[in-house]
Amino acid sequence: MLADTTAPGTEASTTASTGGPTTSSGRPPRSLFAGRPRPGEAVIRLVLRLAAGVAIVTTIGILIALLIPAIGFFREVPVVDFLFGDRWAPRFADASFGVIPLVTATAWTTAIALLVAVPLGLGAAILLSEYARPGLRKVLKPILEVLAGVPTVVYGFFALQFIQATVFREWLQLDTGAFSVLAAGLVMGIMIIPTIASISEDAMSAVPMSLRQGSAALGANRMQTSLRVVFPAALSGVMAAVVLGISRAVGETMIVAIAAGNQARIVTGPLEQGQTMTGFIASAALGDSRVGSLEYDTLYAVGLLLFAITLLVNFISIRLVRRFRQAY
Amino acid sequence: MSSSADSAPMHLRATQSGAVGPVVTRPVMRVEGVDVYYGDFRAVTDVNLEFGLNEITALIGPSGCGKSTLLRSLNRMNDLIDGARVEGEILFHGENIYGKGVDPIEVRRRIGMVFQKPNPFPKSIYDNIAYGPRVTGMRVDSMDDLVEESLTRAALWDEVKDKLKQSALGLSGGQQQRLCIARAISVRPDVILMDEPCASLDPIATMRIEDLMQELREQYTIVIVTHNMQQAARVADRTAFFTAQVSEGTGARTGVLVEYGTTAQIFEDPQDQRTEDYISGRFG
Repeated sequence: MLADTTAPGTEASTTASTGGPTTSSGRPPRSLFAGRPRPGEAVIRLVLRLAAGVAIVTTIGILIALLIPAIGFFREVPVVDFLFGDRWAPRFADASFGVIPLVTATAWTTAIALLVAVPLGLGAAILLSEYARPGLRKVLKPILEVLAGVPTVVYGFFALQFIQATVFREWLQLDTGAFSVLAAGLVMGIMIIPTIASISEDAMSAVPMSLRQGSAALGANRMQTSLRVVFPAALSGVMAAVVLGISRAVGETMIVAIAAGNQARIVTGPLEQGQTMTGFIASAALGDSRVGSLEYDTLYAVGLLLFAITLLVNFISIRLVRRFRQAY
Repeated sequence: MSSSADSAPMHLRATQSGAVGPVVTRPVMRVEGVDVYYGDFRAVTDVNLEFGLNEITALIGPSGCGKSTLLRSLNRMNDLIDGARVEGEILFHGENIYGKGVDPIEVRRRIGMVFQKPNPFPKSIYDNIAYGPRVTGMRVDSMDDLVEESLTRAALWDEVKDKLKQSALGLSGGQQQRLCIARAISVRPDVILMDEPCASLDPIATMRIEDLMQELREQYTIVIVTHNMQQAARVADRTAFFTAQVSEGTGARTGVLVEYGTTAQIFEDPQDQRTEDYISGRFG
């Protein structure tokens, strides 16, 4: 700090007058502390900090915005009744706020979506990173990207009209109503494939070639190399992909709002309809409920639960990755 | 020192490429008229060589002379590179490894490889050794014994026996390279190819690997690519000198085998002017 305020010349001249060291040009050496100011550097640093700050501030903001109304809600409804109650009827005269029915619908749609997206997404990633020649990659990658770019409302109608109405009811003659968690979950799974495939592929492509060669030189075939060397080495990236997939499935709104159903009942089978947590928020947030009413605060309580679930999934996955990853 | 161990009678003969080579009495591998291409680029031209049982053969020569390329075609590692192609024959116990119906995976199990940079898997020391036997479906009475035997042969057992479950990445560079040698041994190959195995190691670690090679020679056939002529002189029974030849017409560069003989002959009595220039340090 002191050196910043001292002009470079003063220190240098004192050194010279006392017969101190000189540089090859005969002038006394400049102090290392008397750096030139670099305003550009400071601006860039500020911009970068702001960019990082926006994400943090937004997260904190969302948390606060969720917490305040949720606290209001929990003043009237005990947390235990909310978390473990099995009847969800916030708008009835005989109101009940047990969130279990919404959670079961979300669990079904998410599980079905992951059953579709994890194997297909990882399969696509292994294909792209370990097997595909450049020609096939050129075709496959854009197709995956198109899949990622389809608006979710389109997926929702695809699930409702084609999968549920045409495939399930007309072609397969399944005993199901207008909606089902299976149709919503399947289509949501297709929606998530590109996310999982793309992030896992990046992680697997980043595994050094030398490990693949080492494996091949021992007489391992391509599948063994992919599954036993490349995959474990890329595990943290793959897990990140799956967690992002779970988060998207839990948080996806439009598809389930359109195709999963709108009655909050405990879902016991894939062909039943059910309202998910996000589905409830979407339908209740359409403007019918008065701001500040208990019903309005219910939205925030469900939102907070969603937030907590996503956080928990992240937390567990970080622990799992630390335990099983093979960092290279 | 190294050539005195070689009791085979030394007949000299002219090979097709003009290189003069000794007759190997117990050849394990034979390279016959081999060209290696990367797409249209011919990296190596018309190589004829033999590798004998319980011998160390060194491939030396300046950068870009194709010695590593040739080495990688000896166990079909070049298959992993798009556009790489081998013409001619590489015979392993008389069987062309590029022949129809030959399984490249079986080729690589029988002809192991150690790479320039140590490349242990990011797994435990134990799992690094057990990997090969597991993936190749080797019948093993006791995996623990096999791991111990492989590590002992690679002169690493005493240093790691108390930390077999720890990550191999915690080992030093020299230890990692010995681990990679132990890993190569674990599947019981006939031949071990080494691509500049000491290039990233310090002199002491290098010395240990060289000692190890002398011990391994008792049971295996070893082919080593090295930039270090002293290393070739120290460890190899036979030496093949390669250089890059520029075609006068097209200006295309390609690697050729100049001379092949016992290490003593190559270093003390080179028959080709280019060999003499290289080993006396006049170029390369």
